[in-house]
Amino acid sequence: MAVEWYLVLSAMLFAIGATGVLLRRSPLVVLLCLELMLNAGNLALLAFARSTGTQDGQVFALVVMVVAACEVVVGLGLIVAMFRRRVPLNVDELRGLKG
Amino acid sequence: MEEVVFFAGAIGALGGAIAVVALKNPFYSVLALVVHLVALAGLFLTLHAEFIAAAQVVVYAGAVMVLYVFVAAYVGGVEEPEWEPITGQRFLAPVLAVALFVELSIAILGTGLKAIGEEGPTVPLGFGSPEAIGTLMLERFLVAFEAASILLLIAAVGAVVLAARKREEEAASVGG
Amino acid sequence: MSATGFAWLVLIFPLAGSILIGLGYRRWSGRTAGLIGTGAIALSFASSIGAFVVMLGEPEDARQLTSTAWDYATSVGLDIQLGILVDPLSVVMCLVVSGVSMLIHLYASAYMVSDQGYTRFFAYLNFFVFSMLLLVLAGNFVLLVVGWAFVGFASYALISFWYRRNTATTAGMKAFVINVIGDIGLVLAAFLIFREFGAFDYLTVFEEAPSHFDPDSGTIVAICLLLLVGAFAKSAQLPLHTWLPDAMEGPTPVSALIHAATMVTAGVYLIARMHPLFELAPTAADIAAFGGLATLIVAATIALVVTDLKRIIAYSTMSQIGYMIVAVSIGAYTAGIFHLMTHAFFKALLFMAAGSIIAAMAGNQNIDRMAGFRKAMPFTSFTLIVGALALAGFPLMSGFFSKDEIMVFAAERGGMYWIFAIGGYAAAFLTAFYAFRIGFRVVLGDPCPEAKELEEGHLHHGEHANPVTGEMEDTEVGFPGSEHHIAERAPGMKIAMAVLAFLSIVAGVFQLPGITDSIEEFLAGSFEDSALFHIVPSDESAYLGLLVGGFLSIAGIGLAYLAYVRRPGLTGRLRSRMEGVHGFLQHKWYFDEIIDFLVYRPVIRIGQFFNNVIERVLVDGIVSATVGAVREVGLLVRGAQSGFVRAYALLVLGGFAALALYFLVVSS
Repeated sequence: MAVEWYLVLSAMLFAIGATGVLLRRSPLVVLLCLELMLNAGNLALLAFARSTGTQDGQVFALVVMVVAACEVVVGLGLIVAMFRRRVPLNVDELRGLKG
Repeated sequence: MEEVVFFAGAIGALGGAIAVVALKNPFYSVLALVVHLVALAGLFLTLHAEFIAAAQVVVYAGAVMVLYVFVAAYVGGVEEPEWEPITGQRFLAPVLAVALFVELSIAILGTGLKAIGEEGPTVPLGFGSPEAIGTLMLERFLVAFEAASILLLIAAVGAVVLAARKREEEAASVGG
Repeated sequence: MSATGFAWLVLIFPLAGSILIGLGYRRWSGRTAGLIGTGAIALSFASSIGAFVVMLGEPEDARQLTSTAWDYATSVGLDIQLGILVDPLSVVMCLVVSGVSMLIHLYASAYMVSDQGYTRFFAYLNFFVFSMLLLVLAGNFVLLVVGWAFVGFASYALISFWYRRNTATTAGMKAFVINVIGDIGLVLAAFLIFREFGAFDYLTVFEEAPSHFDPDSGTIVAICLLLLVGAFAKSAQLPLHTWLPDAMEGPTPVSALIHAATMVTAGVYLIARMHPLFELAPTAADIAAFGGLATLIVAATIALVVTDLKRIIAYSTMSQIGYMIVAVSIGAYTAGIFHLMTHAFFKALLFMAAGSIIAAMAGNQNIDRMAGFRKAMPFTSFTLIVGALALAGFPLMSGFFSKDEIMVFAAERGGMYWIFAIGGYAAAFLTAFYAFRIGFRVVLGDPCPEAKELEEGHLHHGEHANPVTGEMEDTEVGFPGSEHHIAERAPGMKIAMAVLAFLSIVAGVFQLPGITDSIEEFLAGSFEDSALFHIVPSDESAYLGLLVGGFLSIAGIGLAYLAYVRRPGLTGRLRSRMEGVHGFLQHKWYFDEIIDFLVYRPVIRIGQFFNNVIERVLVDGIVSATVGAVREVGLLVRGAQSGFVRAYALLVLGGFAALALYFLVVSS
């Protein structure tokens, strides 16, 4: 398959993930949609790695995966902490940036 | 043959993605994401990224998603209110996302780069194998490797600190 | 040392004295400040004598010497230097100023003891003397303006010396404002001169003036009129005279020094110095002479009815300066400067005696309450009579010779100038009368209570109050001290008054018509170029004039004797019969009221308009509107800070999409 197919697919997945981040209110689901966006990026990286014939893109994708894992760990920890402190699990409730 | 695999993977990924966004129950969203990840792993295979595909399944779908499942079970379902407090969000979000997609597509498809329209050079046998990736990581990308390791360490410690129960809380939780 | 060297010393000593006293403000105790001040002026006087002696050694036509300290401002077309002009006129002025100042400092060092501001007083007084000497010695218009302004400031500082007294501070402000009007005239004149001649220094300007201007052409008349504004403001001539009576709020030594002997004569000096310009603009000179004439008559009439002792003497000063202004305007330079000299002596003496009497009265200045001091204060009474005799022009006193010389010169010039002679003699009669109004009332008659107390050896102590309004005061800094000093008990005061009394009697010897004319000879070095200077009345007309003057003087004194000694109550009956006239004179010819109406109120009105309309509405309005607009915009933008993370994320996405669109468009 030509690389452009993978790239367009990646763009589509990215857009869907972005919609999800903007529209969903549960922090858990927002994190999930963030995962979508990160994986779309991974796909694009690997497509380009294939296209150039080098493996640098694959190493990059691996590191992205590591970062995504870290982010998930911390994010979930935050959600658990929120739950424990009886903070409503609704992104709209957190309005501290209001000014 | 390759196209069939591609389209199967693509449909799986897309379906999973849409399901993540659309499903009300967060638990179902988690499961949908797992499907998405596995479909992506298949796509990775077609791209000669075997190691990455394996890592995707084992680490991402296997470990990270399990983490999600645990937390979703612990936290439970969240009732998301119907009403949208931010004016225009419901309309603008999809519109902007679509706009972004269209622009990216135009960029990809309209580019003058010849290489985009082709499959890519023939790759040697060990392309994307664990051995090749490992060699790269320990030789050329050693700093990135080490940095990623430290990042993992920090994240683990941070998560433990964040989610740790305080003593009073434990007492209250036990008593109450 | 050369004459100019001495002249620089004349300037430096008072300045050094002022700085020394000022810097050690907290350190000088007791009379130290008075000692330093008097010493500085004494040294300055000694230097003036030095300059005088050296100048006598020079040939007569080489007596205009200049000296420059350094270049002050030199640029394209502009050349201003710190330069002095030492010629006979300035040397005479220096001698008079420093000499009389020295005596007044001596007087003040005793008079002002117990005042909490003693040190400050002498710092100011020394600074004043420095400024006056600077004014007199200046060799160019810029330095003249500097000295002029300094003198104005020193006058203000000294009038408002008792700064906690409202009347004093108001008087100081009044003096200063009117002075500034004069300053404006002087500065504008300097500008015009620069425009015409391209130079500021006197000698250049005076040399080129005759070739530069047609007599009585517009510009030179304008220049001279502007100079007149300055001269009239400083010398308290009509219509810029209203500050002088109020300036009596200052301590008596200040009145003696500034408002009798030195500062108010600056206008006379100015006209004398600028005589080359004035002789080119006879119109302006005539206006000056008529201004002086009006002043001398008006002031003499007011002095007939005012009841505050110091103010009578102030109006007398105004009147006598009027004589001097007339003199230098019509060309009687010698007479004018001679009268300046003698007037300094006897007027300072009169003020000193008045100070002594007011001290005996414990601060009260009302002449209606004073009487019969001859037994209680013999020395003061004697000096007061001497001063009054000199003022009245009693035969053989100094004032006799100096004043009448003016009238004789006026008559000699003839034609229209007879008016000055006649007016001058009429006012001389009035002068004699009011001089002895003071003399007889204070010295003769039954002693008033304060005088009786003093005869018994006890100096009257009254409550400390404002002599004009009667408000109560304390004796802390800003108000007069608790003690009063009379001449009989203070050697410093006695010495100063004795010297001045002596000079008031004998100073006439310098310029006896037909016998000595030392002043005229000496001043010739300055006035050689003047046509008018060379008009010398014949001896016969001089003696005739002296005769008339002497006769009028004795007549005036006799009338005063009649009114105040023989038939007391005569003036009271006259007053009740001529209520209208008396009221008019009592209100000082209503000048204050006229100026209030014509000048003060419109200016206040304009100021209020500018405040209420332009400042509040326009300027404030613009500023407030800008502030309001910024605030509104801020509130508007604030709406975007909703606190919803999703909204922010939407904006991020939107921005990203827009950016991508931009790059797409640009790259196609």
